[in-house]
Amino acid sequence: MSVLGRVGAGSAAPVELEKPRKNWLPYLLLLPGGLWLVLFFAVPCVQLFATSLYDPDGSLEEGYAMTWQFANYPDAVSAYLPQFGRSIGYAALTTLFSLILGYPLAYAIALKSGRWKSILLVCVIAPFFTSFLIRTLAWKVILSDNGTVVSVLNALHVPLPDGRLLATTPAVIAGLVYNFLPFMVLPLYASLEKLDPRLIEAAGDLYARPVARFTRVVLPLSMPGVVAGTLLTFIPAAGDYINAELLGTSRQYMIGNVIQSKFLKVGDYPAAAALSFTLMAAMLVLVFVYVKRAGTDEVI
Amino acid sequence: MVHRLRRFAADHWVLAIGLIVLLYLFVPIGVVAVMSLREARTNAPYTLDNFTFTLDNWKHPFGVPGIQEAFLLSVTIALVATVVATILGTLMSFALARHSFRGRGATNALIFLPMATPEIVMGSSLLALFVASGVPLGFWTVVIAHIMFCLSFVVVTVKARLAGLDPRLREAAMDLYADERQTFLRVTLPLVMPGIVAAALLSFSLSFDDFIVTNFNSGTSVTFPMFVWGASQRGIPAQINVIGTAMFLISFLIVLIGQLPRLRRKAR
Repeated sequence: MSVLGRVGAGSAAPVELEKPRKNWLPYLLLLPGGLWLVLFFAVPCVQLFATSLYDPDGSLEEGYAMTWQFANYPDAVSAYLPQFGRSIGYAALTTLFSLILGYPLAYAIALKSGRWKSILLVCVIAPFFTSFLIRTLAWKVILSDNGTVVSVLNALHVPLPDGRLLATTPAVIAGLVYNFLPFMVLPLYASLEKLDPRLIEAAGDLYARPVARFTRVVLPLSMPGVVAGTLLTFIPAAGDYINAELLGTSRQYMIGNVIQSKFLKVGDYPAAAALSFTLMAAMLVLVFVYVKRAGTDEVI
Repeated sequence: MVHRLRRFAADHWVLAIGLIVLLYLFVPIGVVAVMSLREARTNAPYTLDNFTFTLDNWKHPFGVPGIQEAFLLSVTIALVATVVATILGTLMSFALARHSFRGRGATNALIFLPMATPEIVMGSSLLALFVASGVPLGFWTVVIAHIMFCLSFVVVTVKARLAGLDPRLREAAMDLYADERQTFLRVTLPLVMPGIVAAALLSFSLSFDDFIVTNFNSGTSVTFPMFVWGASQRGIPAQINVIGTAMFLISFLIVLIGQLPRLRRKAR
């Protein structure tokens, strides 16, 4: 399964490594791809950092002067603190909801679906078969003011902000959860699938109640999947701006919306680069701390 | 009876929740399909009200100016990016899975980092590079970017397949007097092929569907996702939903047909 490859991958230990007879062979194999990644990933990151230190008084037409303007960072970050906060907050909520929704689904597919397993797995990746922008636009229809969801919630007297769903925070988070749920389900599935069902039976034989069987056997054994899934959900969700743009208003804008508009509409490169670099640094620190604390260095 | 019902519920409640979650994943796809059958009217709000059924949109799926060009551009970009990324990535995964060498850790980090970087950072950093070095934005800058973010996924996918191979198969081939070339072409490569195909399919879908990175590096080129984005600001033609539905049905059918033998084998 294509998307599964990206999840289960790192955990498998490499086959016994050959002591190379030809020392240059691995380097030759790595050269083209490695060069590509250096040129178009590493170098751009350096350029992004350089851009973030340009003189903010320059412009795209006249060119920017390199003035080592470290003040760009506090300036940009303090001006857009709410958007940063929202990015982290929305991404955290998205990850939480995806975990709550995704775990039962992954568990059901891995351990309860019998011969329907492969079909159900296809259904999880099925949303990828059509463009995510088109699907997010469909949420606009579903959550619209006279749509079914709003009428049902109104009939049940659920209080809605301003009586609507579209253009609210819950709509943005619902869209984010929808978009990134498969990224949570697939790694969870990959680790639950390896779980030997006899361990659960053994726990039952040893008088563990269903809750204890879950919290003390199933959950700890699926931890690598939980860690991989939360990272694969949190990182893209924190950088997303499509959902906030289509399903929210400027009051839901995340840091991605700011970066996007500063780069492509306003043309304020130094500030945009400073924000972008800050986002990247924040993600890397989070990933590093999280992976260290979770104690599963091998997820990657 | 009550007892049996309770037994059934106890056995199947997780499955039931799972199916409800699956439904959540499918509802928007259903809406896209329904909207593709809605009669197009100018300036009508993008909702399901005043629904008039029509097949016209399906008869003219490219009946909106620009949509065909955008679609073909996306297919071209995705094909080029897939071929290059699959070849480069497969070479890298062989090096990582089969050889020990200095700089493994650094290489692994270089491959992992793009996957841990939000797309908006990759897109904006490439834009910063292209602008600083005066490279004109367009078809090739998009292709370069797509190859870059597909590469890591190819490496991870193919490497997983390589790591799962039984090393004894190669040893057996060697014992049977196959030379290295024959072993590679007739044992290793066929065994790794499913991984390479999966990586290529993944690359194609990542590239075809990419909006964020493309938006930063496309200049005036309009890919299909960018066409959809532009349309979402002006008013969405039903043809977008036709293409979305058709893409979904075609890929779903292909994958389902691929899964059928497996289902039958298990049924026996």
